[in-house]
Amino acid sequence: MSAVRRLLGEAVVPAATLVLALLAWEAATWAFRIPRFIMPAPSAILGEGWEWRYRFIEHTWVTLYETLGGFALSMAVGVPLAVLIVYSPRLRGAIYPLIVLTQSVPKIAIAPVLLLVLGFGEIPKMVVAFLVAFFPVVVDTATGLAATPPELLDLSRSYRASAFKTFMKVRLPLALPFIFAGAKVAITLSVIGAVVGEFVGSDRGLGYVILSSTSYWKTEVAFSAMILLSLMAIVLFAAVSLVERVMCPWLATEES
Amino acid sequence: MIRLQEVEKTYRTRRGDLVHALAETTLEIGDRELVTLVGPSGCGKSTLLKLVAGLVPPSRGQIRVREQPVTGPFPDVGFVFQQPVLLPWRSVLDNVLFSVEMLGLDLRQYRKPAGDLLELTGLAGFETKYPRELSGGMQQRVAICRALLPDPSLLLMDEPFGALDAMTREEMSLELLRIWEERRKTILFVTHSIPEAILLADRVVVMSPRPGRVARVLRVDLPRPRTMELEFDPRFKAHSDEIRSLIFAGRKERP
Repeated sequence: MSAVRRLLGEAVVPAATLVLALLAWEAATWAFRIPRFIMPAPSAILGEGWEWRYRFIEHTWVTLYETLGGFALSMAVGVPLAVLIVYSPRLRGAIYPLIVLTQSVPKIAIAPVLLLVLGFGEIPKMVVAFLVAFFPVVVDTATGLAATPPELLDLSRSYRASAFKTFMKVRLPLALPFIFAGAKVAITLSVIGAVVGEFVGSDRGLGYVILSSTSYWKTEVAFSAMILLSLMAIVLFAAVSLVERVMCPWLATEES
Repeated sequence: MIRLQEVEKTYRTRRGDLVHALAETTLEIGDRELVTLVGPSGCGKSTLLKLVAGLVPPSRGQIRVREQPVTGPFPDVGFVFQQPVLLPWRSVLDNVLFSVEMLGLDLRQYRKPAGDLLELTGLAGFETKYPRELSGGMQQRVAICRALLPDPSLLLMDEPFGALDAMTREEMSLELLRIWEERRKTILFVTHSIPEAILLADRVVVMSPRPGRVARVLRVDLPRPRTMELEFDPRFKAHSDEIRSLIFAGRKERP
């Protein structure tokens, strides 16, 4: 009984609400004769999106590639940076203000300059995605590494274990849940970063599709691209959560 | 076994203030002796343990363990803290083996002794469980097994039962005595609890705060093996009153 009720609450009710909202939207566009370039009906979006399906595969692939590249960069740079910050107070003093500085500059403002410097293609979009996404990785990883219980550090020291051994066997695994928290934020920010990069200058990718289709009044195509983007973000987020569950199985029971 | 000679410890806090954690202390602890340190917070009990373990250097004086001056951490020590601090991704058995692994010893040789220790502490059959599946008392038993596995001659315990409920706490005290009867170690045991300090100890070191120092060392002349019934023994009460008066007399001196 309670399982049924939970299913109702978690799946059926939100799904039904969504369907109702779509129907209301559909009906409104017919009833008020809203022009399709201003607000296309869901059916029109789906239809036009289906027409575009083969072209969308290529554009989605490009944006996915840029997003994953930016995410990989932000992990590959963010985690080691956090390790340096935690282990060396001097480096912390040197690096931390710079990292905060990069965060204080609006990324949308850097993007045109970056594209000017790095040129066309996917790499500059990855760099924009990286710049948007790496900050939470650094902050969360550093927080996680600093959160090692002092008792465990004393214990490792009393066994005369090397700093590297303590890092690999104690501090890094204990920080994993924090690192994943950062990774989950980073993956969604990477999607945003890739799209921002495409907005500034590109001839491929979902961000490019949104920009170009709206300038031709093809609003249905823009909507389709937005749906694909959010689906991509959801799938990527779920993928990171899945990896987290595999790598930190001890968290599973604590959450439920 | 352990000799502290005119040992003093002063810390500098992050804000730059000097904290006199431990005033000049001279103390001698015999081989296989069970000594408890009791006193209010801030009396330097934990500092004393860290000094003996070589985790922090003394500001003055000298510490010797088995006639060897302590200059840094040495592996002949087992540590048990107030929190079990087990690693959540490791099974009970792997948590016990953690100490041996960090010491860089051959794990295979310690699987059997680890099993024996779990048996000794009543955890047989829990080898493959994870810390989150255990109660607080059982987790602390795992921590004790972890400390005992490399067979150190010195066991340092920093309020090991302080986070447990009162009933589990009594049970664990008696169990520690049983383990100690079986595997004689020198034990330095820090506690806030006066009854616990008396129940366990050969000698009780009563400490007072600001700066932390030894107020008195008293020998507990109660027969072993000890049981909870001893709490009603007049000698137990006499010890308890004496310790209490030492601690509270120290408090009255200050406004």
